[in-house]
Amino acid sequence: MADLRCRIGGVDSINPFWLASAPPSDKKYNVERAFAAGWGGAVWKTLGEDPPVVNASSRYGVHKDGAGRIVGINNIELISDRPLDVNLREIEELRREWPDRVIIGSIMAPIDEQAWKDLAIKLANAGCQGIELNLGCPHGMCERGMGSAIGQAPDLVEKTTRWVREAVDIPVFTKLTPNITDIVVPAEAAMRGGAHAVSLINTVNSIISVDLERMVPTPTVDGLGTHGGYCGSAVKPIALNMVQAILRDPETRSLEISAIGGISTWRDAAEFIALGASGVQVCTAAMLMGFRIVGDMIDGLEGFMDSQGYQTIEDFRGKALRNTVDWNDLNLNFDLKARIDHDACIECGRCFIACEDTSHQAIRIDAKPGGGRKFTVIDDECVGCNLCQHVCPVAGCIEMVEVRDDRPKVTWPNHPKNPLRVA
Amino acid sequence: MALRPAESVGGFLTREQIERNFADLHPPLGCAQAEIEAERCLYCYDAPCIVACPTSIDIPTFIRQIRTQNLQGSAETILDSNILGGTCGRACPTEVLCEGACVLNARGEEPVKIGALQRHAVETLMAEANGHPFTRAPSTGKRFAVVGAGPAGLAFAHRAALLGHLVTIYEAKPKPGGLNEYGLAAYKMAEDFAQKEVEFVLGVGGISIEYGVALGHDMSLEQLRADHDAVFLGLGLGGVRRLGVPGEELRGVVDAIAFIEAVRQAADKSTLPVGREVVVIGGGNTAIDAAVQAKRLGARNVTLAYRRGEAQMGATEWERDLARLNGVAIRLWAAPVAVEGDGRVERVVFETTELVDGKLRGTGEMVAIPADMVLKAIGQVLIPPGIEALAFNGDKLAVDADYQTSLPGVFAGGDCIATGEDLTVQAVEDGKRAAHAVDRLIMKRG
Ligand SMILES: Cc1cc2nc3c(=O)[nH]c(=O)nc-3n(C[C@H](O)[C@H](O)[C@H](O)COP(=O)(O)OP(=O)(O)OC[C@H]3O[C@@H](n4cnc5c(N)ncnc54)[C@H](O)[C@@H]3O)c2cc1C
Ligand SMILES: Cc1cc2nc3c(=O)[nH]c(=O)nc-3n(C[C@H](O)[C@H](O)[C@H](O)COP(=O)(O)O)c2cc1C
Ligand code: SF4
Repeated sequence: MADLRCRIGGVDSINPFWLASAPPSDKKYNVERAFAAGWGGAVWKTLGEDPPVVNASSRYGVHKDGAGRIVGINNIELISDRPLDVNLREIEELRREWPDRVIIGSIMAPIDEQAWKDLAIKLANAGCQGIELNLGCPHGMCERGMGSAIGQAPDLVEKTTRWVREAVDIPVFTKLTPNITDIVVPAEAAMRGGAHAVSLINTVNSIISVDLERMVPTPTVDGLGTHGGYCGSAVKPIALNMVQAILRDPETRSLEISAIGGISTWRDAAEFIALGASGVQVCTAAMLMGFRIVGDMIDGLEGFMDSQGYQTIEDFRGKALRNTVDWNDLNLNFDLKARIDHDACIECGRCFIACEDTSHQAIRIDAKPGGGRKFTVIDDECVGCNLCQHVCPVAGCIEMVEVRDDRPKVTWPNHPKNPLRVA
Repeated sequence: MALRPAESVGGFLTREQIERNFADLHPPLGCAQAEIEAERCLYCYDAPCIVACPTSIDIPTFIRQIRTQNLQGSAETILDSNILGGTCGRACPTEVLCEGACVLNARGEEPVKIGALQRHAVETLMAEANGHPFTRAPSTGKRFAVVGAGPAGLAFAHRAALLGHLVTIYEAKPKPGGLNEYGLAAYKMAEDFAQKEVEFVLGVGGISIEYGVALGHDMSLEQLRADHDAVFLGLGLGGVRRLGVPGEELRGVVDAIAFIEAVRQAADKSTLPVGREVVVIGGGNTAIDAAVQAKRLGARNVTLAYRRGEAQMGATEWERDLARLNGVAIRLWAAPVAVEGDGRVERVVFETTELVDGKLRGTGEMVAIPADMVLKAIGQVLIPPGIEALAFNGDKLAVDADYQTSLPGVFAGGDCIATGEDLTVQAVEDGKRAAHAVDRLIMKRG
């Protein structure tokens, strides 16, 4: 039976599933319900100096797929709007009542050393096992010189991380914003500042939609809208990429990562771990479906690990990272051709029109003797792009088949057609 | 054709029960339901459903327009191909047309509810329209006569008006719509939809209707030809076939068509006469509609008797299921030989039949089914008044590829010619195509 216990940035957890710092971890009532449901830990909703911030209403906008399911949400919420003392008292109580769970204190302050240090110390004294620096909010707080305003300035990332490191002797997580050009730069800065781990990603800056009747972005506050933070399953690809970028960079590869961004299922979590994350954090999925989803996350991850023979998270952590390379390392002699299973085909024509209009005109339609249409791939035209397979609505109907020949591997740097070829 | 009522008049069900029984068979989709259903469409390329629709509506496009909340555009896509898309969405036997061709069937799933989506788009537009969605071409100065305000006549008139011609429709009945108004089952056409739709169609302009004038009685083809640049006949099938068995004249033996017409026209259906023991004779959709409506009016036992097997029935599987769900007993392999009774019908005698070498044969075995009402639904025929001069093809009017009859300048479409099935949607297609053909010939275009 798989063992989900793990260690993230030096903090031991019964499983890799933590709540991210956000409304689900805003107060004792929520976190207690989350722990009861099985979550291994919670990063408390970000706390700042008193007086607490004031939030706007409304706060959320959503991006839906055609079937009306939410693929991403955007928020213009600020940090905790409850007094610091109340939060500290609740953390102390939970610490006593749930000794086997992780509570990480998330903090945010202006560029003022004492403010960062005071907050960190208060949270450590309340019983937090680690401190997370929120350098990410891309809305509101950044206009006050906090959040992403710090996260986007590597020297400030380094400085604030160092201040907190100096103040407390528990692990320090620096939470990075994705709203930068190269995630490795702030990651390096966090490392220089002494972070035990980096948490990423915070939300992606966004306008979620425009209300065309009222001509205003949503969410709309008294007739006006502003940009906010985008999260949920839509941002998962962005987060996955940033995790691998940090862990493949020679300077930052030793950093530990608490991965965040669009994680909704055990499979999402396993993908982040396969790319090297030590644990994961979840916000949107819990907000949309409630804490009970963790049951399947635990169960599903155990089942997956059992089926693969992985006993611990470490057994597969980073296993996909080895197979993640630069484009220049790809074999350009590798050749795939699409194959359409005529028995499974329901004759919708989606593959045809996708290839015909926008790809390589590699699918032919023939009339079937008894009526109906037969779709066949013209191998000489097919470039193996996979588009047809992706648009096909029948699972397994289009297969990409490898053309086996004896051509050796050739990459771009040594490809005959590369004018700058290294011989 | 007057309805000769059975003597047991109504009274089996309360008025409220009957009202409920004749409400919409499938209540319309709401916007949210429609968008979810629309999302199921795979947006096929060169889709099989388009081919299966007699009017070739661009179904994937109109469904996508529902998805993008472009309902006006969606309705226009439908109406551009089929101006009676509203009725068709309610009444088409989609299981053998568009929905039967939906590729989701091949994936082992329910097809997209194309009919319900079509209805949603069209009825939303009809409810919200700021005027008719299409604009007429400049006037050509040509005047066309249309005989019959059924689906074929209306579709012809609408398309001809769009093309810039002036149209006068001559209709024998007091109301327009043809079988949309007098024939389709009441629970398919709830809320007086046929009349609302005609009003919408006429919104294009350039069409006038004269009621209570019948070709062959009040006017002649010659007269119409003399007064107009072209004549289009959308006569439908006005006659009904006779059983040709003894006792057919007994009280209580009624044409199913007349019975349905009475149901459609009754302001208060609870006052309608219906038998306790009803026998419907026939195997087509008319027989099913008559049987189900008799049951919903409160008949205790309704038996639908057909002389062949289920596979030979004209009624689709969906309609047979509907009948059974409504408690109609379907009796196969039974051919009527006599209607018996003392002044009024008391029973129908059937001989059981079998197929021998592909030929239907009586077995000699007789079965009597008690009946106080018999509904005859063994087919409609074209009745000739006024069209004696025209050539026939079998029992329907002969037309060429341009829908022109044997008399130059006289065109025809709908049930009175033999294009496809006798369906509303086919009548619409005939009318539309005939209008384009006439336009081309008269205006000497291409
Ligand atoms: C009981 C019943 C149920 C049906 N249910 C369905 C269904 O659910 N779905 C479906 O798709 N189809 C159904 N049909 C078939 C469909 O109604 C017809 O195919 C369609 O109405 C044919 O249209 P049309 O314009 O050719 O004829 P009709 O609808 O019959 O219209 C002909 C019009 O011409 C008028 N007319 C006739 N003779 C003259 C004359 N001499 N002078 C002036 N006017 C005249 C008539 O009064 C009528 O208004 C049903 C038919 C019946 C009988
Ligand atoms: C409503 C809302 C409020 C949030 N507040 C905070 C916060 O106070 N501090 C913080 O570090 N991140 C905050 N986040 C970001 C989340 O912790 C997380 O990084 C992000 O939502 C991506 O994860 P997800 O895709 O699982 O939601 C917030 C997110 C949401 C949706
Ligand atoms: S893989 Fe790409 S090129 Fe080949 S058939 Fe499919 S869509 Fe066309």
